[in-house]
Amino acid sequence: MTWGYVLRRLAMFVVVLWGAVTINFIVPRLAPGDPTAAVLEQLAARGQQSAGAGDIVAAYRARFGLDDPILLQYWRYVSNTFRLDLGTSISYFPQSVSGSILMALPWTIVLLGVATVIAFGVGSLLGALLAWPGSPRAVKALAPLLMVLSAIPYYLLALIVLYLLAIWTGIFPLGGAFSGQAPSFTPAGLLDLADHAFLPALSIVLAGVGFWALGMRGAMIGVLGEDFLTLGEAKGLPPGKVFFGYAMRNALLPQVTSLAIALGTAASGSVLVEVAFNYPGIGYLLYNALRASDYFLVQGIAFFLVLTVAVAVLALDLVYPLLDPRIRRQ
Amino acid sequence: MTAPLLDIRNLSVSYGIGGRRATAVDGLSLTLGAGERLGIVGESGSGKSTLALALLRLHKPPAQIDSGEIILGGTDILKLDKAALRNFRWSEISMIPQGAMNSLNPVVRVESQMADTIHAHRPDFSRRQITARIEQLLERVGLDRTVAKLYPHELSGGMKQRVCIALAIVLEPKLIIADEPTSALDVVVQRVVVETLKDVQTQIGAAMIMIGHDMGLMAQTVDQLAVMYAGRLVDVAPIGDFFRRPLHPYSQLLISSLPSPDETKPLAGIPGMQPSLLELPTGCAFHPRCPLKQPICLDRVPLLLEVEPRRRVACHVVAEASLERQ
Amino acid sequence: MQFLRHILASVGRVFASLRMTIGIVLMLLLVGIGTVGPLFVDVSKSDPISVRTNQPPSAQHPLGTDSGGRELVAVMVAGTPQTLRMGVLAGLIGVAVGVTLGLVSGYFGGWPDRVISTVTDVMLTIPPLAILLVIAASVKAVNVEMLAVIIASLSWMYAARVVRAQVLTLREQNYVQMARLSGMSNFNIIFREILPNIVPIAFAALVGAISAAILSGIGIEVLGLGPQDTPTLGMTIYWALLYSAFSRGMWWWWLPPIVILMLLFIALFLISSALDDVANPRLRSSQ
Repeated sequence: MTWGYVLRRLAMFVVVLWGAVTINFIVPRLAPGDPTAAVLEQLAARGQQSAGAGDIVAAYRARFGLDDPILLQYWRYVSNTFRLDLGTSISYFPQSVSGSILMALPWTIVLLGVATVIAFGVGSLLGALLAWPGSPRAVKALAPLLMVLSAIPYYLLALIVLYLLAIWTGIFPLGGAFSGQAPSFTPAGLLDLADHAFLPALSIVLAGVGFWALGMRGAMIGVLGEDFLTLGEAKGLPPGKVFFGYAMRNALLPQVTSLAIALGTAASGSVLVEVAFNYPGIGYLLYNALRASDYFLVQGIAFFLVLTVAVAVLALDLVYPLLDPRIRRQ
Repeated sequence: MTAPLLDIRNLSVSYGIGGRRATAVDGLSLTLGAGERLGIVGESGSGKSTLALALLRLHKPPAQIDSGEIILGGTDILKLDKAALRNFRWSEISMIPQGAMNSLNPVVRVESQMADTIHAHRPDFSRRQITARIEQLLERVGLDRTVAKLYPHELSGGMKQRVCIALAIVLEPKLIIADEPTSALDVVVQRVVVETLKDVQTQIGAAMIMIGHDMGLMAQTVDQLAVMYAGRLVDVAPIGDFFRRPLHPYSQLLISSLPSPDETKPLAGIPGMQPSLLELPTGCAFHPRCPLKQPICLDRVPLLLEVEPRRRVACHVVAEASLERQ
Repeated sequence: MQFLRHILASVGRVFASLRMTIGIVLMLLLVGIGTVGPLFVDVSKSDPISVRTNQPPSAQHPLGTDSGGRELVAVMVAGTPQTLRMGVLAGLIGVAVGVTLGLVSGYFGGWPDRVISTVTDVMLTIPPLAILLVIAASVKAVNVEMLAVIIASLSWMYAARVVRAQVLTLREQNYVQMARLSGMSNFNIIFREILPNIVPIAFAALVGAISAAILSGIGIEVLGLGPQDTPTLGMTIYWALLYSAFSRGMWWWWLPPIVILMLLFIALFLISSALDDVANPRLRSSQ
């Protein structure tokens, strides 16, 4: 993997983040009734109620400098954001936006990460089997079910899962990430965490697995016509080796590319799943921020969402040459 | 007379296209002795590639084998069960595919692709033995040992084809099927590849069937030539005899259409086009384009008859003429 | 006469695919709810405080009523076409923008291509929800049309990408080269030679865009940022959850919108999947 490749990917990463920040800056100023000014008033009002908050508000006014030329404001905004100084939250006053988000972020990353890995892994395997002529009938019969699942949005699926498995049958907890006041990491506590995480994770997996399966199926069909597959069979290799080493290994390439593209949608969907389950990740934080019109927090969450996805895409881009030797020289 | 190594009896392979069946190989019978080289020529759509795939049972639906036997070294390939077939493949019969451009797994190194084959058939081989064998084979085809560590996209066309040759002989099979092994290569490289092929084939004492449409190449390479037209064999002869005195009208036209470096003559093609396998003419499939056409040719399909020692021809006119001579 | 037969033949081919047929039937049903429904249902009852609150389904109110005093059958009949309208509008705008960008980018190449492609890739990487949040939270009063425009601003990327790829191939075709050699203006070439060949793929992208638009719309509404005064399916779910319909066992409130939405997504998926098969015959032959 050449430096040129890495630099280009990093450049894209930076451009994506910069684009997100710019949108974050421009949009509120385009809307009628500048929300930023409104938020500052809210901050000031809150500030009068807590001691020492006056300083924060004052610092804020100075920092925002609403009378300064717009480019200067822009510059300040961009540099602040890149330093992860996203402002102060109104609903969690006087805690900073970054602070609130960083408390919730681990929950989201673990849930989203684990569930997406499972969905991608299981989905890809199922998809590959769907396309493979030698697969058992039972597996192929799953195709319509997977198609239906892939059509249903994350949030709606979460509601259905919530109703069926938590409310109606009462097998799993109704929401939250843990019972009691704080999570504990004792064996019992870990079990409790898993118990609470199960339904949200299940929703994300069910919502995503169909999409990955169909994508992999398409990729496999593309590979099935290739000469090297015929030769692999002609060589008398065991069918497992042909399936995994020759077919799937090559079909994974377009599949991983589509993973990078679909991550944004997957992340958005998972965030909404958290809302359905009151799971204390970014989604839940978002819901409350919207209820409280905590504008900075909403913006901050939007930015973090972009950041998370951009990091994941960058990681995938850097991993891709390891999978496809033809890219390595570029 | 010893039993032939390869005995194809009455093989028929057809394709289903949109509800109809097209016969790509129609009642084909051939024999080949150990160490012999047979060339099969024909235009595209004559069924020769279908034949190549069918010999290894690599044909995929909608193609299916309708009837016949393929007996190699006493075993009917068509009757083997899946496990036996897997063992049989490559160890008894291997192939050099058409266009090595895409025949090697692009994400795996050359040595892995060769090693997995060895390992699948000879699990008793140690890693060192496998590596040694790979190096040996690469040398035999004139490639440097370092090629083993390369990926397919790092090789030139000729190198890739030679890797395929090395791959084909890795288990020293009794029969090698070379399906248009040089069609994507330029003339200079072609020569190297063909010479390599001939060398290794002789060294391991394998028989070879070379499929193609390059008559010149065939002339330099094979002992016996078979011509296919619309799924049937129409002319089988030793190579020298074939060129000196082609018997079937199609063969004659093929030879006369070859540009000659000696005489200046206008380029002559063969008028007309090969019929679609879905709509074959009645009787002899070649009759619409045949200069010797007779009424009987529209009626009955000519059988492949031995009209002279070691020469079989499927043509009413030729058969008639040879009868008259006797 | 010839023309009519041609149309009938095309229609026949459309229904040859089972998936397409089921998809279209479902869509017609859903559209029917909105168009035919008002003939049977008093749509004014979808306004708040028109009927008694929290009533379970009965003969008088087949889907019951909600906490706001809305009759849910009326809400479904009024809300379904709103959601459809938003999706179709957003999809049309998004695909129109995407096709234009794809055409420019693919045909002209050079730096317009590089700029447009980079922007497309960047916008594809950014999760749509993130931007929608920022926009929707800034704009206080949102109606269906505005929502459609906002969502369209995030639906053009896929169409742009796909059209660009197609144009790149088409550009090299002989008939295009001929047109260029004959001195045809670029504009003419794009309109007369290339655009007609883009239509099938643009149409497939349209169905996908409508689906994605409704998906994004639901995401926004479910967080409470949708139109406050007009009934829509997403907002109904939002209100239901806000008023704890789940725990109060008021299944008639949250279940119908979910069912309708699921049917809608399945229908769109079937149609788009059938269209994909037409575009990519290899997928078809493997079944």
